Amino acid sequence: MAKHPKLQEWEEEVLGKVLSKFPERKKEFKTVGELELSRLGLPREIDDDYLRKLGFPGQYPFTRGVQPTMYRSRLWTMRQYAGFSNAAETNRRYRYLLEQGQTGLSVAFDLPTQIGYDSDHAMSMGEVGKVGVAIDSLADMEALFDQIPLEKVSTSMTINSPAAILLAMYVAVGEKQGVPKEKLTGTIQNEVLKEYVARGTYIFPPKPSLRLVTNIFEWCGENTPNFNTISISGYHMREAGCTAVQEVAFTMANGCAYVQSALDAGLDIDKFGQRLSFFFASTTDLLEEVAKFRVARRMWARLMKDRFKAKNPKSWMLRFHTQTAGHTLTAQQIDNNVVRVTLQALAAVLGGTQSLHTNSKDEALALPTEDSVRTALRTQQIIAHESGVANSIDVLGGSYLLEELTDKIEQEAEALLSKVDDMGGVVPAIEQGFIQRCIEDASYEYQKKIESKERIAVGVNEFQSKEDVKVPILRIDPEVERAQVEGVKTVRQNRDEAKVQSALGSLKDTAQGEGNLMPLIVDAVHAYATIGEISGVLREVFGEHRD
Amino acid sequence: MADKKYRVLIAKPGLDGHDRGAKCIARALRDAGFEVVYTGIRRSPEEIAVAAVQEDVDAVGLSSLSGAHLQLFPKVLESLKKHDAADIPVIGGGIVPDEDIAILKEQGIQAVFTPGTSLADIITTFQSVCHK
Repeated sequence: MAKHPKLQEWEEEVLGKVLSKFPERKKEFKTVGELELSRLGLPREIDDDYLRKLGFPGQYPFTRGVQPTMYRSRLWTMRQYAGFSNAAETNRRYRYLLEQGQTGLSVAFDLPTQIGYDSDHAMSMGEVGKVGVAIDSLADMEALFDQIPLEKVSTSMTINSPAAILLAMYVAVGEKQGVPKEKLTGTIQNEVLKEYVARGTYIFPPKPSLRLVTNIFEWCGENTPNFNTISISGYHMREAGCTAVQEVAFTMANGCAYVQSALDAGLDIDKFGQRLSFFFASTTDLLEEVAKFRVARRMWARLMKDRFKAKNPKSWMLRFHTQTAGHTLTAQQIDNNVVRVTLQALAAVLGGTQSLHTNSKDEALALPTEDSVRTALRTQQIIAHESGVANSIDVLGGSYLLEELTDKIEQEAEALLSKVDDMGGVVPAIEQGFIQRCIEDASYEYQKKIESKERIAVGVNEFQSKEDVKVPILRIDPEVERAQVEGVKTVRQNRDEAKVQSALGSLKDTAQGEGNLMPLIVDAVHAYATIGEISGVLREVFGEHRD
Repeated sequence: MADKKYRVLIAKPGLDGHDRGAKCIARALRDAGFEVVYTGIRRSPEEIAVAAVQEDVDAVGLSSLSGAHLQLFPKVLESLKKHDAADIPVIGGGIVPDEDIAILKEQGIQAVFTPGTSLADIITTFQSVCHK
């Protein structure tokens, strides 16, 4: 039978181009029993329905993946979210993870840093260095990346309201290492909308927050063209309790808001559109998750192409990071969590993720120990190198059940997105409490099902066993907070105060006007102004959001 | 539930924004017949104590998942004492390691709930501390 012309076109124009530039990892991919595995499973007959809904990997609508060779060329980035205590301790953990074969860094900041308070602020009491690393000024950031070559490693930073400040610090550290900013790679989360409904580290009201986001898009376009300027996140809404359908719909809605806000500021969609990235959760419900990831790619491609009229195919691609779902981890029989995480990670890989964090088994008890993080990383390595699922593309594509589920999730997510659109977009939907209500209702329903045992949580409401094993956990010494407070005071004493005040003054002037705030923040950071001081100036001008 | 309608405050001290659990418990208590006031996230111990007094509650439930419980929960007790409200029973919950539970109880926290606790157990405990 003759090859379908569309398949031929894809092989020559999409696949061929990539293969000539990036050869695959192996000449042949074989099963353990030496059978050759095809790159891509295809239906016996390619029809219009197939082409419209699925197409080929690396081609619109990207249902089957964003690259034409996927993991046959390059495995996903194994990126464990890590950070605790102070910069020196976290630096040690990063270097350990890199030695163990991790391929990217992901910074967890403590809550004061994420909310723009210095470690010596009254609200920081008890929270310094707890859920992430404490960063007060450039001095901490220098210690965090000490001896880590920023031209070689890509870094993801989970930072939202003060994203501009941490990005400026990262660029400054790169400069000090002699790495030009154009060469830096990584991602800043910079996704404030979901903070109002799920994650809670907001500082400013939505409007000035969106201005900061757009300022970053613009500045990065000129200065750090290889940095992802945002990670549009469904993860936290899912963790707060929403369903897979809601996760996709609300993430798309947030994505549309950021794109619209950048367009309103006069930015070019095909310039900033290529640097948008996404972030989703993966739960243990394997098929629903795989379907969800495919839907997200298809919906975003259509939105960017049809609604926002992006021309460059790169702007249509939804590239995403996945983290396994923290809310599914149990404090009971914690070894079971390794199994849950394996299924969740597998779902992410079968769904075509670009990078992955696997949770550690002890995270329902405390921050993970070094040993449990290693097992979590090994889980990814086993999927990558032993399971064989990375040897072909969209392995489950074409399964009747998966395709049915994919269509179903898409239909429901489209309907919900239309509802949000009818409310005037996601900002009015948040202001009216619509998104929050959806999440809360779904979360309560889920909990009631656990309570009634309609849903089984192994080891929690069924198959319990008596446990008296003592689990070693990671504790943060209260001394860390005291030392960090001393540290920030020392930084304030040893810097050129006039330079700091002048930088903060200029920042304030620009904040009151309409200019891009990034260059002013870069100056302030270089002068060793602290996160609390820089955020403080912006708090004064923009006001604060309150729950 | 008993004849008296108990009133409770569910509160999030510190900077932790994870309130899935707090909201779930607030709703379950409401369904069980309690009157529930939820503070919202990111409240200082002082704000929580003031709210407890102003709302004239029979009990306070604190939630923290960020590991700051040993610092923040006792601060709430301190603030309640300062406002002559040390008699309001306080319950805690969140990511709390086993060995911290005894420390918190010693300082006056009546009960501590960790992940996996059933809503029914939580409701029963609130009923019993409010009843005392």
